Amino acid sequence: MALTTIAANRGAVQGSVAQAIEGRRRDLRGRLFELALAACLIVSLAVLVLMIYDVLGDGLSVYTERGWDFLNGGLSQSADRAGIAQGIIGSFWIATSVLVVSIPLGIGAAVYLEEYAPRNRLTSFIEINVRNLAGVPSVVYGLLGLAIFVEALGGFSGKHDASRSTLIAAGLTLAVLVLPIVIITTAEAIRAVPNALREGAYGVGATRWEVIRSQVLPYAMPGIVTGGLLAIARAVGEAAPLILIGALTGLAGRSPGLSFSSLLDPSSLTERFTAMPIVITSWSRLPQPDFRIHNTAAAIIAMLAFVLLVNTFAILLRNRFEKKRAA
Amino acid sequence: MGTLFLMAAVGSVVISAAIIWSLFSRGWDFISQASWGDVLTADTWNPRQNMYGLRPLIVATLVVSGVAMIVAVPLGLGAAIYLAEFARPRIRSFLKPILEVLAGVPSVVIAFFALGWIAPHIVGTLFGEEHGRGGSMLAAGIGVGILAIPLVASVSEDAMRAVPNSLREASSGLGARKMHTTLRVVLPAAVSGLVAAFILAVSRAIGETMVVFIAAGAASVGQYSANPLDSGLTMTAAMASLASGTDSVRGATLAYASLFMVGIFLFFLTLGLNIIGNFFVRRVRQAY
Repeated sequence: MALTTIAANRGAVQGSVAQAIEGRRRDLRGRLFELALAACLIVSLAVLVLMIYDVLGDGLSVYTERGWDFLNGGLSQSADRAGIAQGIIGSFWIATSVLVVSIPLGIGAAVYLEEYAPRNRLTSFIEINVRNLAGVPSVVYGLLGLAIFVEALGGFSGKHDASRSTLIAAGLTLAVLVLPIVIITTAEAIRAVPNALREGAYGVGATRWEVIRSQVLPYAMPGIVTGGLLAIARAVGEAAPLILIGALTGLAGRSPGLSFSSLLDPSSLTERFTAMPIVITSWSRLPQPDFRIHNTAAAIIAMLAFVLLVNTFAILLRNRFEKKRAA
Repeated sequence: MGTLFLMAAVGSVVISAAIIWSLFSRGWDFISQASWGDVLTADTWNPRQNMYGLRPLIVATLVVSGVAMIVAVPLGLGAAIYLAEFARPRIRSFLKPILEVLAGVPSVVIAFFALGWIAPHIVGTLFGEEHGRGGSMLAAGIGVGILAIPLVASVSEDAMRAVPNSLREASSGLGARKMHTTLRVVLPAAVSGLVAAFILAVSRAIGETMVVFIAAGAASVGQYSANPLDSGLTMTAAMASLASGTDSVRGATLAYASLFMVGIFLFFLTLGLNIIGNFFVRRVRQAY
């Protein structure tokens, strides 16, 4: 009786066994699913390639025709004379202020939160506060800069109205904007330091500050450098806050003599300013195609080259050290 | 030394206080003087003509963010699932950094791309050439979506990688295929992180300025429209155009105060979203 049942079902049994064995190969839906997911990733990355290709196609001709002249030239009403020197100078000082203000302050805050802070309400309040600051839209930082660095602090310098929108106000605004990034990345790097290192140093009698200086910070250094580089790249590419605090648009060249030679002259800090993303923004809104398409794309090439190089270096640096330590 | 570091940490609280002070000290003039009936119901935003209707700005913001989410969520989530569940370690270690580089592209660059390439080639091809000639909310929304892809991808990938391997092994042990394991076990276990990714991306899209300022097609006047093919002025673009160029407003005018009023709105909207998003991020960490 039982034998006949099995015999009757033999076909079905064979089928399901075969399917179980060969299932892997026949799992068409699974393969399609994986392909669709890979396609999502490839499309996301292809956008990056397409964007770079598009910008290069529009802007490279400016460099082949004018070369150094475009980088060294001042702002101008005519497209074939306009250059980005003032934008580069402005962005250079913005990067410098991030380096001088945000990075020390950010590292200090992160060291406090990770190494000194007691587990109490104040600490968790500061931590939540930092995380929320990182999510505040950049245009709101522009309002902060406008109200405090332009109006309140500008008032002390005796200047009024538009001439208060100085390079130093721009630098401070962006330094404040990237501060949470520096704090968060540094805190993560410090959290990854193995406790054994701290315990070993305490064991031989080091004070807390000596432990931090000689063990924690050196070990966390690659992560801290990565955070600093990402912060600089972010600040250099950020346009919205500068528009809010009143950057010079890329047309009105008030001081056309500005060129690379004046790059390191700190007196420019109290002058009105422009910066690379502002030059790009204002050119992209002009009607003439030479400005709107070619000069804008050429300016983007210069800025994007810097931002992508810094970012890539930062990410590779972090990955390299993560891998080394995992090994 | 500890006190010095404490001061640096307290500095971050000072910044928050300064933001709130800046917003309210300047925005108060508008809040107290404006005729709120018009602000809440009027269909035009044109500060130079004393028209302060918020509705067009809010609708444009919603349309652009909606388009951005339609672009960013499927692509970002798909990329994250692939990286977390399917990609071999070598492929992953090669592709993930490229995605992180995409996250670092400045938004003005994406704005230029949205106006110069997305508008004619995508919007123009799909909906007729006349819609692709200038900026539109659709073109800007796609641009903002591209900006948000890396954020969606990295938050949801973190969430999926936090799901313990024992769950995947148990599922495989019961005979489930990889696709089943991913959809029925890993994704439900990581749902907090996926919600967080979505909320944080919405917040990012609402706060994005340059792409909408350059590629959404409106100069400085916002007219009510919910059609993505129209031009639109979002809250952030309204602030940027009010503050920019030759027609910037300074001093004790109502237009200047309205800048900060929009800022107050934007600040608390994104703050609320970020607090909820971060709550879900923390839940992922606590669960496993």
